[in-house]
Amino acid sequence: MALAFDEYGRPFIILKEQEQKSRLRGLEAQKANISAGKAVARILRTSLGPKGMDKMLQSPDGDVTITNDGATILEQMDVDNQIAKLMVELSRSQDYEIGDGTTGVVVMAGALLEQAEKLLERGIHPIRIAEGYEMASRIAVEHLEHISQKFEFTVGNIEPLVQTCMTTLSSKIVNRCKRMLAEIAVKAVLAVADLERKDVNLDLIKVEGKVGGKLEDTELVYGITVDKDMSHPQMPKRIEDAKIAILTCPFEPPKPKTKHKVDIDTVEKFQTLRQQERKYFDDMVQKCKDVGATLVICQWGFDDEANHLLMHRNLPAVRWVGGVELELIAIATGARIVPRFQELTPEKLGRAGLVREKSFGTTKDRMLYIEQCANSRAVTVFIRGGNKMMIEETKRSLHDALCVARNLIRNNSIVYGGGSAEISCSIAVEAAADKYPGVEQYAIRSFAEALDSIPMALAENSGLQPINTLTAVKSQQIKENNPYCGIDCNDVGTNNMQQQNVFETLIGKQQQILLATQVVKMILKIDDVIAPSDY
Amino acid sequence: MAVERLLKDEATEEKGDRARMASFVGAMAIADVVKTTLGPKGMDKILQSTGRGRSVTVTNDGATILKSLHIDNPAAKVLVDISKVQDDEVGDGTTSVVVLAGELLREAEKLVNAKIHPMTIIAGYRMAAECARNVLLQKAMDNKQDPEKFTSDLMNIAMTTLSSKILSQDKEHFAKLAVDAVLRLKGSTNLDAIQIIKKAGGSLKDSFLDEGFILDKKIGIGQPKCIENAKILVANTAMDTDKVKIYGARVRVDSMARVAEIEGAEKEKMREKVQKIIAHGINCFVNRQLIYNFPEELFADAGILAIEHADFDGIERLALVTGGEIASTFDNPESVKLGHCKLIEEIMIGEDKLIHFSGVEMGQACTIVLRGASSHVLDEAERSLHDALCVLSQTVNDSRVLLGGGWPEMLMAKEVDELARKTPGKKAHAIEAFSRALQAIPTIIADNAGLDSAELISQLRAEHHKERTNAGIDVISGGVGDMEKLGISESFKVKQAVLLSATEAAEMILRVDEIITCAPRKREDRM
Repeated sequence: MALAFDEYGRPFIILKEQEQKSRLRGLEAQKANISAGKAVARILRTSLGPKGMDKMLQSPDGDVTITNDGATILEQMDVDNQIAKLMVELSRSQDYEIGDGTTGVVVMAGALLEQAEKLLERGIHPIRIAEGYEMASRIAVEHLEHISQKFEFTVGNIEPLVQTCMTTLSSKIVNRCKRMLAEIAVKAVLAVADLERKDVNLDLIKVEGKVGGKLEDTELVYGITVDKDMSHPQMPKRIEDAKIAILTCPFEPPKPKTKHKVDIDTVEKFQTLRQQERKYFDDMVQKCKDVGATLVICQWGFDDEANHLLMHRNLPAVRWVGGVELELIAIATGARIVPRFQELTPEKLGRAGLVREKSFGTTKDRMLYIEQCANSRAVTVFIRGGNKMMIEETKRSLHDALCVARNLIRNNSIVYGGGSAEISCSIAVEAAADKYPGVEQYAIRSFAEALDSIPMALAENSGLQPINTLTAVKSQQIKENNPYCGIDCNDVGTNNMQQQNVFETLIGKQQQILLATQVVKMILKIDDVIAPSDY
Repeated sequence: MAVERLLKDEATEEKGDRARMASFVGAMAIADVVKTTLGPKGMDKILQSTGRGRSVTVTNDGATILKSLHIDNPAAKVLVDISKVQDDEVGDGTTSVVVLAGELLREAEKLVNAKIHPMTIIAGYRMAAECARNVLLQKAMDNKQDPEKFTSDLMNIAMTTLSSKILSQDKEHFAKLAVDAVLRLKGSTNLDAIQIIKKAGGSLKDSFLDEGFILDKKIGIGQPKCIENAKILVANTAMDTDKVKIYGARVRVDSMARVAEIEGAEKEKMREKVQKIIAHGINCFVNRQLIYNFPEELFADAGILAIEHADFDGIERLALVTGGEIASTFDNPESVKLGHCKLIEEIMIGEDKLIHFSGVEMGQACTIVLRGASSHVLDEAERSLHDALCVLSQTVNDSRVLLGGGWPEMLMAKEVDELARKTPGKKAHAIEAFSRALQAIPTIIADNAGLDSAELISQLRAEHHKERTNAGIDVISGGVGDMEKLGISESFKVKQAVLLSATEAAEMILRVDEIITCAPRKREDRM
């Protein structure tokens, strides 16, 4: 413990209750942190690549999640260590920013930490290592730009996009139908994409899942599905050319927000109140009818009487629709959400070509499909699968694929996958290292070695000899001056990723390297860990 | 330096082989639990709930058994989940799917021990499943065009499904019940339209299908017990006090006389409402909610049969059967559709009085009255019948059928074996393993029936190497028999769902190489 003494030799107390706090300093702290970071990376290492394994996670409530999505694993892992939490954050930020490559970024960071440990042992100062890494990452990112290719696609030719999404999906459990899901993802993204501004609002894509059926039954609906049914069992199940009124007020008697009382003290008052109540219901329904609505979607419930009146006036209605869904429906159909009956006007109605109810399985499961919307810029991917975990995992995989497609629309540069980009960067960084004088040269060289760890993990997970494979590919890249050689994970017989059609987005890769370097730098700069010790 | 703890206290982590072993063991344990219930000679399980009353269920329905188990092993939960989905989606085959997944994992374990990578096994399983599915597709028979044959197909399917259940004694009787009921639905899969009423007493054989509709309610006192050419108004409205719905309204009076006045007005309001209802020209009124004495009396005066408290499903069904609409307001009698039926009468089943609607307009809904010695028997009978109804309704939509008795499994196994021979590489082992897992199902059926499974299966396999065979296990005679002659059929949809979800589940569990269990959420002891 740090102790300071005054002129009489009595100790100052610097930290409050310092005997009760555990404290690690200097090299010891760095090494502890590094080992924690490495431990997290080690967990994810086996999930990398098309032959990566899944993890089974059991939540505190006993629910089971099976996934190989790095971000999901880390998030549900119940991590306690501070450094490990940093790694969780790292994976999460990759997820938010790019959506894919969440496993790769953690493995990369782990490899960088491992290399840093070796350098520390040789007595190199952590700050110098961090600076060396920074330089190296800049070289790598530039090199990536250099080997990247522009990927031209048009709305008519979506094949390049599909291929890239397939690369993402091939590491997931859904790779059985990766082609189909990739097509769904690309079509969904293109449907909502703003090609002019090169942006995609993924909120417009709703991913809905229902257990049962098989994965092949997954479909893309150009419209919205709502997990609700008509409020009255005898309302029509199919409405063509629907005009939709979206309401956020209940079909119930008014309920002023201020406290009030209506006193009834005479028979007349009782009568009038009764009349009014009936009129009120009548008015509500009549208003909807008057503006020409043929379908009412309401956020709240209906009174029995109102429900029957709606049915009676031949006005189908759906109740208890959630806020998010309501907004999506509003966007899709071009409707305005109306908070009060008085404000209903014909202009505020949405339009949809077809609204239908569809039932599933033997239980009373029904879904409402709203299709052929006026503004088709909201789509739903409806996932079917054998069990709940499968659906959840498919949702996550599809999210990754959607993100990849979006990234490609934003920036259509790609690099080749299968570890080829990493190997190529490693060669470039290695070559550049010699130009830098000083201790940083060592750090840069270590960076190059850390880059090798991703293809190494890929080869390992695919059951290949990691060192043999890596060195063979590396020498091939240098010999043929071809940055497209990678690890042949699927045993196709060629190392050329261009022929195997394995692509990844450029920004995804760059982000991986930058984020990993940043976190490693941060971890290296910590030289003192003070934690309250356990009681 | 030792790695510090990464996870929170009590969270556990299992890696690599140990994780795999934990999930294999868990999944196989679950499969073994339900294994003995498979097949016509399968045994039942008694389940006792831990809740109040310690109620007892006797069943051999896989989904019901698994639902009631409290399971901690995550892999086992996957299996429970597929069984549940199978139940929701096709209704039958809940045991088979778990057993097949268990067998697949058992075979996979052997392969993993032989140092074959799980991914290779998965690749093999996928190829095998695809091949097996194609065989099913090829061999499925579709008799949709021929109504007579189709009905006999349905009969066979129903009998096959029921033969493994408690109803096997009277399976012919119940199969007929189920087929009749499903055919009335005319292709819809809404099983809600089939009402099952359970009444203890009598024997299972006394169960019957009623074409009309039976409502488990009594007729109000002093009202006609029998109505011919009934016009029925189905309603969902308050018939008690019919309070003012405007929020915050309350009655405030200053003298007793006022109370009487208001009460009078309330009564008047109810009377008016009743008058309006009567003005529809009805002679039967069915309400979902309570009917108080006062309006009931008014109805009785008008000679109208008033039935109160019919539950929501009952109302919906009644509306469906009689063709009326469910009304909540009564201001325009001319536009409300009324329901019709020829005769409403009170009937007695056992000791209970029920209301019987016969000669209804739309024959879509019907009622099956189950009789049986005890409530456990009735519950199990209902579950069995539900299975049969589910399978039949799915078959009506997808009319392809397969033979039963292990015939499809043997066929698939044979084709998958052929595929294994053609496939180079380690995958072939996995494909072979798949075929072994498929053969395990007829083996278990034979074992459960107390037959010499090894002998039977080898006979069966020999039989299947001839062209176009219909051989399967005939559990009753204890030998190999012609399934077509014996009339043992299964629905294609069920078999396909079993195959696909079992493979999917096995694949999921195989892919796992690490299990992280979070600390269970602390709960207060609820004593």
